Amino acid sequence: MREVVLETPGDFAEWRAAARGLLAAGVPPEAVSWRGAGEGASLFGDAGTASAEASVSVSRELLVIADRVICHRDAEVPARLYRIVWRAARDQQLLARRTDADIDWLMKADKAIRRDIHKMHAFVRFRRIGDDAGRERFAAWFEPSHRILRLTAPFFQRRFTGMDWAIVTPDARAIWADDELRFGPGGTRDEVPVSDVVEDQWRTYYGAIFNPARVKIAAMRAEMPKKYWHNLPEAQDIAPLLAGAEARVERMRAEAVSMANPRTEKWRTRVAETGTPTDEVATLGELAHAVDRCTRCPLHCDATQGVAGEGPQGARIMVVGEQPGDQEDLQGRPFVGPAGQLLDAALDEAGIDRRRIFLTNAVKHFKFQPRGKRRIHQTPTAGEIDVCRWWLDKERALVQPELIVTLGASALRGVTGKSASIASMRGAVHALEGGAKLVATVHPSYLLRLPDRERAAREREAFVADLARARKLAA
Amino acid sequence: MSKPNLLSKLAILADAAKYDASCASSGTIKRDSTATGGIGSTEGMGICHSYAPDGRCISLLKILLTNFCVYDCRFCINRASSNVPRARFDPQEVVRLALDFYKRNYIEGLFLSSGIIRSEDYTMEQLVEVARLLREEHRFQGYIHLKTIAGADPALIALAGIYADRLSTNVELPTEAGLANFAPEKKPATIRKTMASVRTREAEVLDAAKSRLIGKAKPPRFAPAGQSTQMIVGADAARDDDILKSAANLYSGYRLRRVYYSAYSPIPDASSDLPPVRPPLMREHRLYQADWLLRFYGFERAEIMAGAQGGMLDLAIDPKLAWALQRREAFPVDINCAPREMLLRVPGLGTRAVDRIIGARRLGKLRLADLGKITVSVKKLLPFILTPDWRPGMLTDSADLRARFAPPPEQLALAL
Repeated sequence: MREVVLETPGDFAEWRAAARGLLAAGVPPEAVSWRGAGEGASLFGDAGTASAEASVSVSRELLVIADRVICHRDAEVPARLYRIVWRAARDQQLLARRTDADIDWLMKADKAIRRDIHKMHAFVRFRRIGDDAGRERFAAWFEPSHRILRLTAPFFQRRFTGMDWAIVTPDARAIWADDELRFGPGGTRDEVPVSDVVEDQWRTYYGAIFNPARVKIAAMRAEMPKKYWHNLPEAQDIAPLLAGAEARVERMRAEAVSMANPRTEKWRTRVAETGTPTDEVATLGELAHAVDRCTRCPLHCDATQGVAGEGPQGARIMVVGEQPGDQEDLQGRPFVGPAGQLLDAALDEAGIDRRRIFLTNAVKHFKFQPRGKRRIHQTPTAGEIDVCRWWLDKERALVQPELIVTLGASALRGVTGKSASIASMRGAVHALEGGAKLVATVHPSYLLRLPDRERAAREREAFVADLARARKLAA
Repeated sequence: MSKPNLLSKLAILADAAKYDASCASSGTIKRDSTATGGIGSTEGMGICHSYAPDGRCISLLKILLTNFCVYDCRFCINRASSNVPRARFDPQEVVRLALDFYKRNYIEGLFLSSGIIRSEDYTMEQLVEVARLLREEHRFQGYIHLKTIAGADPALIALAGIYADRLSTNVELPTEAGLANFAPEKKPATIRKTMASVRTREAEVLDAAKSRLIGKAKPPRFAPAGQSTQMIVGADAARDDDILKSAANLYSGYRLRRVYYSAYSPIPDASSDLPPVRPPLMREHRLYQADWLLRFYGFERAEIMAGAQGGMLDLAIDPKLAWALQRREAFPVDINCAPREMLLRVPGLGTRAVDRIIGARRLGKLRLADLGKITVSVKKLLPFILTPDWRPGMLTDSADLRARFAPPPEQLALAL
């Protein structure tokens, strides 16, 4: 029986050196007895000399876990960890065997340590002990369940770099001062001041943020176990707050609704009335405002905003699309998304300056189906297009274009009021009531959806040709 | 500033903030003070530093800059016509409180909201100023959550996102009608536009970062913890279905990290048409569960509502179980060969348990005892799963399956 004495419980380097030697010497776990310094020696132990020749390798992940678990207070930890590394050296898959008894134990112990670390990050409470030339000094007393101070101190160092601090625990202390993190021996509670001036403010806050109408004691206790309470200045208020909660809620219920406070009228400036949407619009600017407030169909309920047309009032060409897409809905401008970029490039090739034409849509609100983090475009119904023609007609009346280019079937219906196939209308020039001409072509988003690259290229050429024809007609 | 004055202001302005459910301090980038020599860090996972007896975590100093407000939203304690005592912090006071609390490890950072004073823009400027002071004058690296005031200038929103980790704009009521009725000055369109401007700004900053010249320093992220919102549950007549529909739209449209559901709590000095009842905490809980099913479990809203009645979720059992009871033909599920999306639909299996099952079953068949090491409660799974040593038999189809899970009926008090 080999005997290993660990001087410092929770010291990973010491355990690791011993375990390495034992692994290299091929000592099986059942032939090792681990004990802490000061514990009675076993009758059959021999100290043996550990060779530091490391020839056995275990996974990095296991070492990281062992580094944490060695801090566990369970006296069996060094021996169990050794058995696990012994087995891991012979079974590459060991860590993945969540249902193995040793690994199950390891994971539970690791979880306990990680929880303990988390609670220490949360429940340490510093108290101010003074300041040196503007640099404040703080101290805290804390009793973690396990020997985790060395695991938590770096967190406090990263977070509280700009002040000096000490955390004293029964096992050890950590001190951050002069740009150096030092560890020292354990201490006692009375090394740390009993209160701090800010604690009154903190307790006031704690009492005020508590909602007496929602008492959930079990939820509080699950996350903030009682063993930590004696460290928390706010914990002394829990009982009185709970005791008064019912009465506070009752008082709220019993109090009849009071009259509106007359004093508020003095400082209350009226919020500008947006007024009811009026349909009387004389300019494109007024029209854009009116479109944004439109509630003629339910599409406005889910969309961000109504997107009116964009372009000069005297534009010769009016390009009509289907409806705003995701980007148009967010930015409040027509044709700024992927289809808009394709249209821009095509207009360029056809020799049309986007700034000199009027761009709009048959439907002014984005219709979509939510799908996780994306909004899937939905084709507007004939009914929705017909309701929205009200706005399209107003835009046509204000802009008076000579030529209207419709992109896709919805736009065609928006302008003509009839459903016709694009194929039947394409390539010809149609006369509209009021004297304008109509050229029908596809919607750029159709080009984006074509999977076959050759066909997409052909269709794109045809689209540019349609636009070029429109430019000549309006010249 | 005399001391008691600060205490009473703090009491008023924290009390006014407690109706905002959000207290998350997670999901932002990693930062610390090692390089700056200042105070503060964020490490991705937020920390709850305390818990109030209402079961809510306290992770941020959650306060209002002022509870004066020109709006008159009837569900709100701070509405213009309310008789609540009023107070106002100046930005320096908030900065000092936040730093004092932070240095003592009481909090992860600051959550700052405000009533609307003078104008939306003026209010937003004040909020941004506090965040600027913390970041620029005090090298504060902790978490900052700012409320964006709906209707404020997008330029101010852009500035807020430079200093804040998270921005939030509250929808408050899930339906257009509810908002028109209870909050006449709040316009849903304005709220949505504000959210849209946060999302577009986020995208612009990301694009700028991607297209920058090599060697140039990385520009700061815009609101790295994203944006969130809150809906009040139970103040108006909206049903769970309306609420989830609204949430789905918000998640998809504005890439929200979270929608918070806040059970309407009675407020002092309430408006007469509001329910003076206990807050519907269970309803709130079920909505969160449904929200999780939508986001992490691959459920569609229609599926969740199949287990509901009249557009309201079942309060007695969780929505996943309610769905499973409607769809018994899909069960039992074989733990050792079912695909991930089907395991996610087993009542009692969470995302983590499913990941562990998939990892463990590669190394050998899982038996019932093995599941005990992976999940918390095997008993709940029994009617819905198959393992080599367990078959539910008739249990899956038994008529009293719902009764097995639903809480026992309460004994009515007998009149003497």
